[in-house]
Amino acid sequence: MANRDTGKNRMRLSGLIKKEAYQIIRDPSAIGIAFLLPVILLLIFGYGVSLDAEHVPVGLVIEKQGPEVSQFISGFYRSEYFDPKIFPSIQEAERALMHREVVGIVWTRSNFARTLLNTSDAPIGVIVNGVDANQARIIEGYIMGVWINWLHQYARSKGVALQVPVNVKYRIWFNSAVRSRNFLVPGLIAVIMTLIGGMLTSMVVAREWERGTMEALLVTPVRKREIILGKTIPYFVLGMGGMAISVAMAIWVFNVPFRGSFWALSLSSGLFMLTAIGLGLIISVTAESQFVAGQIAIVITFLPAFMLSGFVFDIGSMPGPIQAVTHLVSARYFVSILQTLFLCGDIWPIFIINCLWLAGMALFFFVVIRKKFKKRLQ
Amino acid sequence: MPSGTEAKSISDKDGYVLIADQVTKTFISAKNKVIALDNCSFKIRPGIVTGLIGPDGAGKTTIMRLASGLLMPDSGTIEVLGLDATRDYLQIQASIRYMPQRFGLYEDLTVMENLNLYADLLGIPPEERPARYERLMKMTGLAPFTGRLAGRLSGGMKQKLGLACTLIKPPSLLILDEPTVGVDPVSRRELWDIVYSQVKERKTSVLLSTSYLDEAERCQEVVLIHEGHILGHGKPEEFSKPLSGQCFMLSVPKEQKRRLQAELANDPKVVDSIILGEKIRLVLREPVEPSKVSSLFELANVEVMDVEPRFEDAFMWRLKKRMEEQGEEIHFRTIAHHKVSGSAGEDVIVVKDLVRRFGDFYAVKGISFSVKRGEIFGLLGANGAGKTTTFRMLCGLLPASEGKLMVAGKDLRKARAQARAKIGYMAQKFSLYVDLTVRQNLRFFSSAYGLTGKRQTDRIEWALDTFELKNMENAVSGTLPLGYKQRLALAAALMHEPDILFLDEPTSGVDPLARRQFWAHINSLAEAKVTIMVTTHFMEEAEYCDRVVVMRRGSILASGTPEELKAKYHPPGEDNPTMEDAFITLVEMQENG
Amino acid sequence: MFKRILALTIKEFIAILKNRKSRMVLILPPVAQIIVFGYAATFDLNHVGIGIYNEDTGIVSRDIIARFKGSKTFKIVKYISDDTQVAPLINLQKAIAVLHFHRNFSKEINTGRSADLQVILDGRNSNTALIALNYIQTIIADFNRQWSIEKQDMPPPAQLKVRSWFNRMLDSHWFFIPGIVALLTIVVTLEVTALSVAKEREAGTFDQLLVTPMTPFEILVGKSLPGMIIGTLEGTFIILVTVFWFDIPLRGNLLALYVGLFTFLLSAIGIGLMISSISVTQQQGLMGAFMFLVPAVVLSGFATPIANMPVLVQKLTLLNPMRYFLIIVRSVFLQGASFGLLWSQYVPMAVIGIISLAIAGSLFRKRLY
Repeated sequence: MANRDTGKNRMRLSGLIKKEAYQIIRDPSAIGIAFLLPVILLLIFGYGVSLDAEHVPVGLVIEKQGPEVSQFISGFYRSEYFDPKIFPSIQEAERALMHREVVGIVWTRSNFARTLLNTSDAPIGVIVNGVDANQARIIEGYIMGVWINWLHQYARSKGVALQVPVNVKYRIWFNSAVRSRNFLVPGLIAVIMTLIGGMLTSMVVAREWERGTMEALLVTPVRKREIILGKTIPYFVLGMGGMAISVAMAIWVFNVPFRGSFWALSLSSGLFMLTAIGLGLIISVTAESQFVAGQIAIVITFLPAFMLSGFVFDIGSMPGPIQAVTHLVSARYFVSILQTLFLCGDIWPIFIINCLWLAGMALFFFVVIRKKFKKRLQ
Repeated sequence: MPSGTEAKSISDKDGYVLIADQVTKTFISAKNKVIALDNCSFKIRPGIVTGLIGPDGAGKTTIMRLASGLLMPDSGTIEVLGLDATRDYLQIQASIRYMPQRFGLYEDLTVMENLNLYADLLGIPPEERPARYERLMKMTGLAPFTGRLAGRLSGGMKQKLGLACTLIKPPSLLILDEPTVGVDPVSRRELWDIVYSQVKERKTSVLLSTSYLDEAERCQEVVLIHEGHILGHGKPEEFSKPLSGQCFMLSVPKEQKRRLQAELANDPKVVDSIILGEKIRLVLREPVEPSKVSSLFELANVEVMDVEPRFEDAFMWRLKKRMEEQGEEIHFRTIAHHKVSGSAGEDVIVVKDLVRRFGDFYAVKGISFSVKRGEIFGLLGANGAGKTTTFRMLCGLLPASEGKLMVAGKDLRKARAQARAKIGYMAQKFSLYVDLTVRQNLRFFSSAYGLTGKRQTDRIEWALDTFELKNMENAVSGTLPLGYKQRLALAAALMHEPDILFLDEPTSGVDPLARRQFWAHINSLAEAKVTIMVTTHFMEEAEYCDRVVVMRRGSILASGTPEELKAKYHPPGEDNPTMEDAFITLVEMQENG
Repeated sequence: MFKRILALTIKEFIAILKNRKSRMVLILPPVAQIIVFGYAATFDLNHVGIGIYNEDTGIVSRDIIARFKGSKTFKIVKYISDDTQVAPLINLQKAIAVLHFHRNFSKEINTGRSADLQVILDGRNSNTALIALNYIQTIIADFNRQWSIEKQDMPPPAQLKVRSWFNRMLDSHWFFIPGIVALLTIVVTLEVTALSVAKEREAGTFDQLLVTPMTPFEILVGKSLPGMIIGTLEGTFIILVTVFWFDIPLRGNLLALYVGLFTFLLSAIGIGLMISSISVTQQQGLMGAFMFLVPAVVLSGFATPIANMPVLVQKLTLLNPMRYFLIIVRSVFLQGASFGLLWSQYVPMAVIGIISLAIAGSLFRKRLY
């Protein structure tokens, strides 16, 4: 008897899964969302999103020509960071800055050669467009680099040793070439997967109510958990497929090093996928129509994952209350795990803590789904 | 669950499969409290087909959902197969089968995949399946279509597949919610055959709801329900028998029938009067000798014939009595509409060799017909026959692939916006803006038709008054009962006094009383020489039309007056055929070559 | 004609605002998000952890450490005394950087030589690492200058005098918060428009609209106005929060900003209605909205500069109205720009808007089913 019951339970669940699978196969949009969308988004974003400034248009103003000046200026032409352009007067350069034609100005004054080594006067003025503060700072650093390089060279040619008391020697671990892509791509995977999990599932329950199929299901001996599992398992498999493609692309298309272990990646991806699908299903069981489900999905999946996951904006620098809010965004844990697994390796404490958070969220989501899911009408 | 429970059912304590005892159920939607069932008690006997008969919104679906454990009653008890439906619903769900109104077929799954899903859900062991499938496929005639997607089936086939899925595990009690809605007459007949074969072969008890009153006569017993109240319970003939001698058929001159019917309908001596083709069917309060009917109403040139009472007559009689007890008065109102200019014989709508393709599928295959001014013209056919496509092309909502079509001398698709001011359009399902109130809807549609100032205010007042919407003017349209929605939709289509009126399935789902009121309105418009084009899959409604065309699979099967069609496609051995009989004969004739 | 449009607009408003849930979705998230995102969106470091590995016993290293202690950017989380402690500190993300002063650090400096300060940075977020390095270098440079003047009695070599225009302190909030105006406005506009036609098609009311004497143009205007009005109101609200809550200076011409907001809304509404009239179902409309919104945000220059993108992707962003509006808000807010500087941004948005609206209008009738 008991045996026969478990057999029937299994039959019901597999029936529901098969049904969902057929629906997925018939409706190519689901497969498109799971497999095609991550590829396209990752390609566009992976190539499109970068914080590494190159060929920055910079205006040069030279008040008085001379060998020193030309030598200094040539530094800008040699650097791949800059795309220099000479302006006859500071006024014209400033006008170009206003019109966003250049983002910085380097202005060598007439007393350039005279005051080079022995004064605290500034023979060179630098103006940067501070609208994009982060880029401005990076560009400022680049200009500074050209200047210091040239200064050392110049001092050596004059036989003077240029000395600074403290010399900063730095090493950047895990990403010595400082490629922003290396951390943006793993972060993007988390953001894209949040989106896809939400898109796949946020409408699947509301849709069955609207089409009347749910009512027919409910009067069969099917159990609540079987319906929920029947919805979760197929989309989980689909989502994991998309995840595998994304990871493969990160490694082989974008050449992001992968230093962690494969099973740690699988485990954490699985947990994260559960939270993404869980969130979609919560939207789906609470919204009374596909329309409202869709609106909610737009508002609560994409922007929070984009802004609050730590994918671009460092969570540690946010004010305390905002940091607390980020704990509600499951992508934040996965971003942390992915960045670590990719660039750093299996760092167990980080891995375990974030996985625990993910597992806790997934558990919470599914408890809510079970509670909110009505087996009766009202 | 082993088959033990299946056999047990009939031997229940009182011999009833379903006992409802003082059941009350209310719904709360947007501050409104709606009483769906008010203290209902009835008992369903085993081994027969019991019909739950009543108009839309009567509470039929609520009863079925309560019985299958999907809802809980506010008070009272429902016992199904001796089990309490509130407490033991899981056990009940294992031994009854319930087929909801729009049975949840997965349209993107094939016929076989749908069957497999329900076999899995109901725990049918794989080795038993082939035999069961074979029997079901044979019964439903779906065997050739097992690989087809359910969404590609016709309305009738969908319902048959739904029934097959429900019957995979033969239940002791089968509950069917409006299984024949939107199904063509041929499939309707087949569905009934399947239901009766279950009753005969397996002693299944069946509870079936319908709003088609002619189907009540096919049930062994009926429970009559209206606005949450049980109005009666018994054999269908027990309802109609007492009306013997009160039902008549009047043959009247063609040009008088509408006016005459309108007069009779509001006569206090009359229970019911409807137009049936070229005749008027009349039900009186008291039995009268047929010869005395003419003098009773001072009629001239009228031939009176005594006819058998139908279930519908009894239904109208009970409805009227109940409303009178509640102090409500029934008065069919007509519409004051400006007299349309132009001669009566003029062709207003002309369709010639009209074709519509979707990809390589021909929805309309070269049809031709024309409609004269002041005519009520019916476009008949089952779902998927191509009538809605034709309709949409006429209204300019869909381009024709080939052929010519003219409405008031113009192709509406290419005509300037002003040409559209001459037509009124009432869409399927009474599409109104559900978030707007009644008054806001009227205001919007009148503005959309360019009405302004005093004329607009006057027309809104006129609509609220004529269609008795005044007390509902601030209600949100989405929460209105269906009958009100229908009236509002008609009002919205008439705000600008159009010359031509398009009605798409205008009475589907509304109760017989509302339907009569609706046709009273339409008849008065036709008297004002408004041209009316109506689609319906309700064969009975064809009787109101002056002329009809019957469509099937994109072609016109037949056209003419209802009388002509009934005479031409006369089923053998039927003296007084209905339009439905004629339709079935027509289809059978065509299929047999 | 105006009456008809007005009637349609009023109807749209009632339909949007009647349902409590849609009203909430329209109003609450933008309010919550401007605040949360306003604080969250920054590249400035704020009390990030660093570790100090000091083997030096001299006074110089202590002087430098004191400078780090006094900085708001950093917070010293741990002093370590062993090489093996460096890796855990970095790996576990306790510290973004570890500063290593070697044994002879003070001695070398005191004897007039250069001493190396070893800095190890966590490159997992290389942008944060670079910013941290930048701050560290600034602190050290300050120290160096002071040391040269006070102790070595020798003027340092010429310095670059850097001024940053428009944002003197290089506060990245100034950059991001005006951007959020664009971000939230486009989300709200799409929410209002992307489903509006599809919803009516599903309900069957669109057919009724089409059989009235209303022209596609009138329908188009009637359907656009609610998005325009709601977008303007919410945009105004967010601008007010930006100015009065976050204290971002609004230096330019307010009218120029609103002309920008108007053309931006026009283009966003056009795209929303276009998506809506292409879709058969609301679900497709929603997918369409997502498919447009996500790339539009990521490739707008909101967080990462367009100039850093490959040329092909840069060309693609020319189709993105958000790209232009971001430039307008930021220029008006920070740069004090007025019309003269902004024509090149208005025109493409208006073109996108008019073309997409025209497509939407022509699709009202020309659909196949």
